[in-house]
Amino acid sequence: MAATSRSLSHSQLVWRRFTRHKLAMAGLIILALFYLVAIFCEFTAPLDPLHRYSSHIYAPPTPLRFIDSEGGFSLRPFVYGIKSELDMQTFRRIYVPDTSKKYPIRFLVRGHEYRMWGLFKSNLHLFGVEPGGSLFLLGTDELGRDVFSRIIYGTRISLSIGLIGVTLSLGIGLIVGGISGLKAGTFDSITQRVIEIIRSVPHIPLWMGLSAALPPDWNPIKVYFGITVILSLLGWTHVARVVRSKFLSLREEDFVMAAYAAGSSEWRIITKHLIPSFISYVIVSVTLSIPGMILGETALSFLGIGLRPPVISWGVLLQQAQNISAVNTFPWLLTPAFFVVLAVLAFNFVGDGLRDAADPYSKQI
Amino acid sequence: MGSYIIRRLAYMLITLLGISIISFTIIQLPPGDYLTTYIAQLSSSGTVVDDSLVASLERQYGLDRPIYIQYFKWIGGVLTGNFGRSFDWNEAVAVLIAERLPMTIVISLATLVFTYLVAIPISIYSAVKQYSIGDYIATVIGFIGLSVPDFLLALVLMFSFYRFFGISVSGLFSPEMREAAWSWAKIKDMLDHLWVPMIVIGMAGTAGIIRTMRATTLDELGKDYVKMARSKGIPEWKVLMRHPVRVALNPIISTIGWELPRIVSGTTIVAVVLNLPITGPILLQALQAQDMFLAGSFILMLSTLTVIGTLISDILLAIFDPRIRLD
Repeated sequence: MAATSRSLSHSQLVWRRFTRHKLAMAGLIILALFYLVAIFCEFTAPLDPLHRYSSHIYAPPTPLRFIDSEGGFSLRPFVYGIKSELDMQTFRRIYVPDTSKKYPIRFLVRGHEYRMWGLFKSNLHLFGVEPGGSLFLLGTDELGRDVFSRIIYGTRISLSIGLIGVTLSLGIGLIVGGISGLKAGTFDSITQRVIEIIRSVPHIPLWMGLSAALPPDWNPIKVYFGITVILSLLGWTHVARVVRSKFLSLREEDFVMAAYAAGSSEWRIITKHLIPSFISYVIVSVTLSIPGMILGETALSFLGIGLRPPVISWGVLLQQAQNISAVNTFPWLLTPAFFVVLAVLAFNFVGDGLRDAADPYSKQI
Repeated sequence: MGSYIIRRLAYMLITLLGISIISFTIIQLPPGDYLTTYIAQLSSSGTVVDDSLVASLERQYGLDRPIYIQYFKWIGGVLTGNFGRSFDWNEAVAVLIAERLPMTIVISLATLVFTYLVAIPISIYSAVKQYSIGDYIATVIGFIGLSVPDFLLALVLMFSFYRFFGISVSGLFSPEMREAAWSWAKIKDMLDHLWVPMIVIGMAGTAGIIRTMRATTLDELGKDYVKMARSKGIPEWKVLMRHPVRVALNPIISTIGWELPRIVSGTTIVAVVLNLPITGPILLQALQAQDMFLAGSFILMLSTLTVIGTLISDILLAIFDPRIRLD
């Protein structure tokens, strides 16, 4: 068609190809939701993640109901109050719905007070129930804290570690890989050796060794950045390799030669010609390395040598699932695993979609 | 071929040197040195620590000397089989390594073999029958395998078996076999338990190999030499095995070098979850107790293991792919 024959820029072409990749779009939407929830987690979490509902220890997920005990239907979901009783056979506390109290779920309710990003005071929440009712969407843990709200707060920590770690590895990788690709010689051969050595050490034992060395008296923020740096220690090697090989192959290309012949400065050639021609590869490989970092943090915290409570991350939450008999009795302790897998899957889909879209020779349009 | 192997060996030595420096750094990282911990432990157990003992210990570990001398002392000990002492276990580190490392190697190798035995046939099938139902199933399983971290898979498997079948899949031996001497019955018992860690650890690797090998086989299938072989009337099966599959196997062999660190990594954390009697749990325990000689030695040995594996894969690749050794 004549109307569409105007030429599109490279990024428009990439975006157009990307949007046709259904799984990648689904992944992008999931990730967007995750990050939105994470950014505004004080507002999106219905309950205070640190508050101990001491009368509701190990309470199961509160079922959302549409039909009440008299058979009446309401479009707005509601929950019943929770009564705790002692099971006379097992001597365990069990929780039964109290059908005399009905709490409809409402949007924008007032609940516990918080400071958004530690700045503004508020008590507005995206959804919740009136005071008096309890809404434990995914149950509570051994201290009676709401698992769902904790997962939402954990999203902020777990997903941001991946992004910061990747930015760090991208920075180091671009610089080291760029220098070693441009100035071949001693620097190049030394970095190549170093990269090979780092890559031949199994990740998890190395991460474990380094994070166990973080001083125990560090405050949570320091530990958080310490872990991020440890995770990017391996990430940069990958970026550096990609960047170096691209520099090596591109500098022989005719358009680079032409730019040199035309008298362009080296800086101009690097920033105007070289980097734009391979940045898509780097972005793809970086996107595909985010899940590895998220999993790294989860694994370390799960083992108890990464982030430590009171910091909330998905790995810290999964620590409670280490005890298999507890998980057997209280299966909702395993729910953070679902979010980990969903986030990793979404990142993989987006990375795959980007790779296909950024490849100028890809035929699947 | 000879010079190729010698060159690879030389590279390996440099890598091992680097790894030993990394391990030594990890040993040195925590605050306080080995001696202070040791003395604290001695005095807490009621032993009188006099200055001459401290001085002789200091000399033994070279703690009064600069850091690089300490490194040479340490690496000299390692080369002669003296890894230092674990004060948490009050035993020579070498003994603990000898106890745990062989089973780690067995599990890693079993996983590696499992990975290839499963991945190669599936990827050939997926490539030949592209877009068939089987291919889609393989793709979906592959995506799940890549996205579900191994320790979570182990947790979920353990949970499901416990809940729905009432059996425990943790450990490597049945309780009655745990302390028994090696016998055929014990080996059989181990094989009965081995499949869980094998599948759990191998899942991600299998998925990754299926993806790469399916793609390369598909690329090769469309090439002219394959059409040529077909037009000569060679049976399809033979064409497939002799040409595209052979080419597609090369990148797979060369990935053993990446696959091994991944498997050893996976083994470490899965072993903690499944409570396997291998290096993972003991390494974690050592790190938590700041028993650094033990922890550092395990990291050193695990890395050495993967480096040797990489060397073997390089040599294998040179045998299978003549283009490499002509370089």
